[in-house]
Amino acid sequence: MDKSVKYLIIGNSAGGIGAAEAIRQVDSQGSLAIVSDEPYPAYSRPMISDYLAGKCTLEKMLFRPAGFYESNNIITLFDSPVQRLDVSGRIAQLRSGEQISWEKLLLATGGSPIVPRIKGKRSKGIFTFTTLDDARKIDQYLKNNQVSEVVVIGGGLIGVSAAEALVKRGLKVTIVEMKDRILNVMLDSEASALEAGALTRAGVNIRTGRTVEEVNSYAGETVASVTLDNSGVIPCEMVIVAIGVRPRAELAAGAGIQVDRGIVVDRRMATSIPEVYACGDVAEAYDFVYRQRRLTPIWPNAYQGGMVAGANMAGKPAEYQGGTAMNSLKYFGLDILSAGMPDAVDGCEAISGAGDGYYHKVVLRDGVVVGMIFAGNIEKAGIVYSLMRKGVRVERFKQALVAADFGLASLPGEIWRPRLERPAVGVVSAVTAVEAPEEFEGAD
Amino acid sequence: MKRVYINPDVCLGCGLCEVFCKVSHSRSRDLVKAFKKETPRPVARIRVERRAPVSFAVQCRHCAEPLCVYSCLTGALRKEPNGVVTVDAERCIGCWTCILACHVGAIRQDKEQGKIAKCDLCQGLDMPACVANCPNESLAFVEVQESVSGNGSGDGLALTVREA
Repeated sequence: MDKSVKYLIIGNSAGGIGAAEAIRQVDSQGSLAIVSDEPYPAYSRPMISDYLAGKCTLEKMLFRPAGFYESNNIITLFDSPVQRLDVSGRIAQLRSGEQISWEKLLLATGGSPIVPRIKGKRSKGIFTFTTLDDARKIDQYLKNNQVSEVVVIGGGLIGVSAAEALVKRGLKVTIVEMKDRILNVMLDSEASALEAGALTRAGVNIRTGRTVEEVNSYAGETVASVTLDNSGVIPCEMVIVAIGVRPRAELAAGAGIQVDRGIVVDRRMATSIPEVYACGDVAEAYDFVYRQRRLTPIWPNAYQGGMVAGANMAGKPAEYQGGTAMNSLKYFGLDILSAGMPDAVDGCEAISGAGDGYYHKVVLRDGVVVGMIFAGNIEKAGIVYSLMRKGVRVERFKQALVAADFGLASLPGEIWRPRLERPAVGVVSAVTAVEAPEEFEGAD
Repeated sequence: MKRVYINPDVCLGCGLCEVFCKVSHSRSRDLVKAFKKETPRPVARIRVERRAPVSFAVQCRHCAEPLCVYSCLTGALRKEPNGVVTVDAERCIGCWTCILACHVGAIRQDKEQGKIAKCDLCQGLDMPACVANCPNESLAFVEVQESVSGNGSGDGLALTVREA
């Protein structure tokens, strides 16, 4: 049974939902279908660790209330992988044999976990950890097998999330990280050490500067241990591979859409092919810190990119102002927020402040914040992030940004007054782009 | 929509807005019980900043383009049709991503419950408790047309939507 829709969205997570919501704000009638290879309504992917820890059910994880698709008049084709795209004919061929033709297409296909070449990787008890089904398989395996020790390969966000969930289930966990510190993409060495301390106190064993060479198994079947590159052996009955995700750009590449590391999109989230858009983990979109297209596979950027794509698809011009990596960590009671560059590079300047229970750091380039880390005391972090997003010059008050008592009142009145005071009648607000760094005088 | 605006020039930094916000968001709605007895302890959704002689209160701006809502990992934050940005406590997991998104630092951590606490403009009351109990009229609850509102339109918007 073939279908024809005005808007076709492939992918049913943050990006796809952001786009669908933006489309419906502009066009309440145009036929809209979401195709997904997962069988579930959109769920909060970051919550799979809560699910694995036994703290929540799928119902609690739903990203939108029950009835979302019906009330927004969205046709859903879940559990329906797309086989092939024909961009000149504007047809998506599903694996089921069904064809869907579109007027506007969004590729929000996300990422897939990278599984490196490791000897013995076919043993039973090896999992990745990016989807609800992954969490369910791990859960089932733990219930049906005697598992007491787990090795997590990769000390990034996914690896640490998995480690926390497994510790909460009473397992002994070792994280093996190739680099010299965990969470090295988003944290500097100080904040990484704080995080490592919190994990270690919770019983997690962390091995940095090491890689797993081989997964050993009993009689070529279930996992028994891993061998590290220094020949050290860690006994374990389960291995979680969490070294990263790569864009799921195969469909796009196969259809002749320009793909670099991810699907290349402009500030409208448009790809190289007319009426085909992309967003989220699969897309390579503008990053305002690095001032170039970059993969930033994080939830908020996927949703916002989806909104921009959806608005454009529905005929309302919108531009992505750019996203950068922004992350929130709260493992074992330690709160850390970070964004942009964790370390000063190439002429950047780093300023930090630390004291009882807090560590604050900003990285400046040409007097503008391009990186930040707030640990411990985090409630004011968003103020600094807004200075970063707006490209405000902070040279004159940069030390205040990392002080323990930092707040809006630490900033010149020109910055905080317009955010809080009643605007004078007739003042037209700034719905403007942020390309040029602003002086704080007369900002907003 | 109606928003709370501050006049910092007459704010004395007394903190009564925080007190009455906490009471307004307590279960008992009783001053003494809210502060001394209730568990979990109610959390004020307004914060007074003081840097003598400057002081002012900060609470959610209910931005026209709320980056917190656009950043929420679980769908707990929502922009209601009436413009109020609300949080569904059942769905908030306290990931704090919205705190990083808020340009005024208005979102509070309720660490006891592991969730955020934020201003809801005291839905159901004619006037938010902070405004009603400000002794010096430093807080005002007024309607300012969204199109002329610099404040509340959001800061460093996630996207620029240009009217065609």
